[in-house]
Amino acid sequence: MSATVAAALDTALHLNPKLFDEDVEQVAIRQGFGDGLVRAGELDARVVVLSGDLTESAHAAEFRAKFPNRFVELGVAEQNMASVASGMAAMGKIPFITSYAMFSPGRNWEQVRTTICYNNRPVKIAGSHAGVSVGPDGGTHQAIEDIAITRVIPNMMVICPCDAIEARKATVAAVSTDTPVYLRLARDKSPVMTTDDTPFEIGRAQTVWHSDSPRVGIVACGALLHKALLAAKALDDEHVEVEVMNLATIKPLDEDALVALATRTGRIVTVEEHQIRAGMGSAVAECLAKHHPVPMRFIGVDDQFGQSGTPEELIEYYGMGSDSIVNAVHGILGD
Amino acid sequence: MLTEQKQLALEVTANEIRQSIIEMLLHAGSGHTAGPLGMADVFTVLYFHTLRYDPKNPSWEGRDRLILSNGHICPVLYAAMAYAGYFPKEELNTLRKFGSRLQGHPYRKFLPALETSSGPLGEGLSQAVGMAIADVMDDKAGDRRIYCLMSDGELEEGQTWEAAMLAGKQALYNLVALIDRNNIQIDGFTEDVMPLEPLADKWRAWNWHVIEINGHDMNEIAAAFDEAKSVFEKPTMIIAHTIPGKGVPEFERDFHWHGKPPNDRQGAKALRELRTLGGQILSEATE
Repeated sequence: MSATVAAALDTALHLNPKLFDEDVEQVAIRQGFGDGLVRAGELDARVVVLSGDLTESAHAAEFRAKFPNRFVELGVAEQNMASVASGMAAMGKIPFITSYAMFSPGRNWEQVRTTICYNNRPVKIAGSHAGVSVGPDGGTHQAIEDIAITRVIPNMMVICPCDAIEARKATVAAVSTDTPVYLRLARDKSPVMTTDDTPFEIGRAQTVWHSDSPRVGIVACGALLHKALLAAKALDDEHVEVEVMNLATIKPLDEDALVALATRTGRIVTVEEHQIRAGMGSAVAECLAKHHPVPMRFIGVDDQFGQSGTPEELIEYYGMGSDSIVNAVHGILGD
Repeated sequence: MLTEQKQLALEVTANEIRQSIIEMLLHAGSGHTAGPLGMADVFTVLYFHTLRYDPKNPSWEGRDRLILSNGHICPVLYAAMAYAGYFPKEELNTLRKFGSRLQGHPYRKFLPALETSSGPLGEGLSQAVGMAIADVMDDKAGDRRIYCLMSDGELEEGQTWEAAMLAGKQALYNLVALIDRNNIQIDGFTEDVMPLEPLADKWRAWNWHVIEINGHDMNEIAAAFDEAKSVFEKPTMIIAHTIPGKGVPEFERDFHWHGKPPNDRQGAKALRELRTLGGQILSEATE
């Protein structure tokens, strides 16, 4: 970045310098989870992994290969899986339950609520295949309600990593919490924006793109953070200054960082691959309505189900691409 | 085989627990009557013969684990725990009141001596299976046993059978479950609402060792839990045939008593029945 540009990536976060390149490295977020799971298993002997017949796809296979005696295959039975994990946690284990988000925490929501969260057992729920970027499998398998149904449960933490490296760190960090954690993971390969040196802390939001005098704050989670950064760069070319925040932890919310962002910018656009209703943007709105109300726009799925297509087609169709974000920024500025 | 003295002592305790259940329900003004009375004998054998625990040290590592899956019969659990010394018997009459540790359905956060919170049906067996798997994994299956108490009506929850399959697959010999086969549920008799028979065959088909007993015979109850300890290749399911509302003739065998408490007149009459053993002990009859 030359000294003359007013807007730039944060330098202290050690982000991937190639993240705006056409050939930016692409790795699936769920792959990062699989790597993190092995690391967590190495660091803590209490970590066990439960699988509901999706061991390869949900990236529990790496753990199974390394720690076969700490792996349980339960078959296609997500309700049982949640409650079995609660029982194992009661005996001192730190269980990760792995499946697609649509089924866990989707199908097994009440078991998650009662047997895990009501008991405050430290079970970690890894929901792969969240968002429409699941692609060709279609709407049945695209979880776009999972943030809503997890963040509403007391004791639950909700984390939506932006890339594979952050997913690896979030997985390891989840072990050290005493509470239930939901890890929201995506199927498709997506740009790697962070590096091994990028700090990660549960509950800490990060401003990844700064401007001298930002007029809009863009708050994103998951792989769409990359679309938000592309939008920020495009807006900079138009001399529209914005900030971009990575809100990887949706619960507990980094209220101080959000209020500071709203104070600096005066306008907020949220970006998530989830239903607009009750998702991450709603969490941000709940916070700002109370502490620092500002005009907001919400990028996400607008009360519809998903469908088959390529991830890119679906992101565009449902209005979550970088052009949509640019338009939302213009809209909130009244341009 | 229990000694005659032990058997008598258990029967007296079960009778006292039934009286406490009636008193708790009278104070609470709501709650379930039939199930707690029907399971008083099983709970008595568990807490005063079978289970290893230390009420002064509820989190003792070596304790047996008791999971109550059908949380709505918690008056009998609370009464048994109070008689076992976990908390004062006077506290029983706080059942279902604001601020009480004795929530309408068990809540571990308020009463940490509980192994789990429960109420939503069909979830207890899965948790017990998880506990049993963890102990097998850690080579602790010989140190302590995992007990799960279930109702017959809750078997209609599909999750029960997910757990049954897994327990059979894992050959969880450290797991003992018991079904309160009282044949009633809220809407009527189980075989009218949703037939469960042939029930023993269903569990055998999932590779469980099945024992059928009279759930009011102290010897049979104790012997079944003992027999389970001798089975090393399968989990054990005890089907305990019980009479809902057992001990109070007015409540027995009537599904309408599943989910309601006695009123003052019915409660007083029930306590008189229990104290006089149905009118046999005249010295208690003036109560």
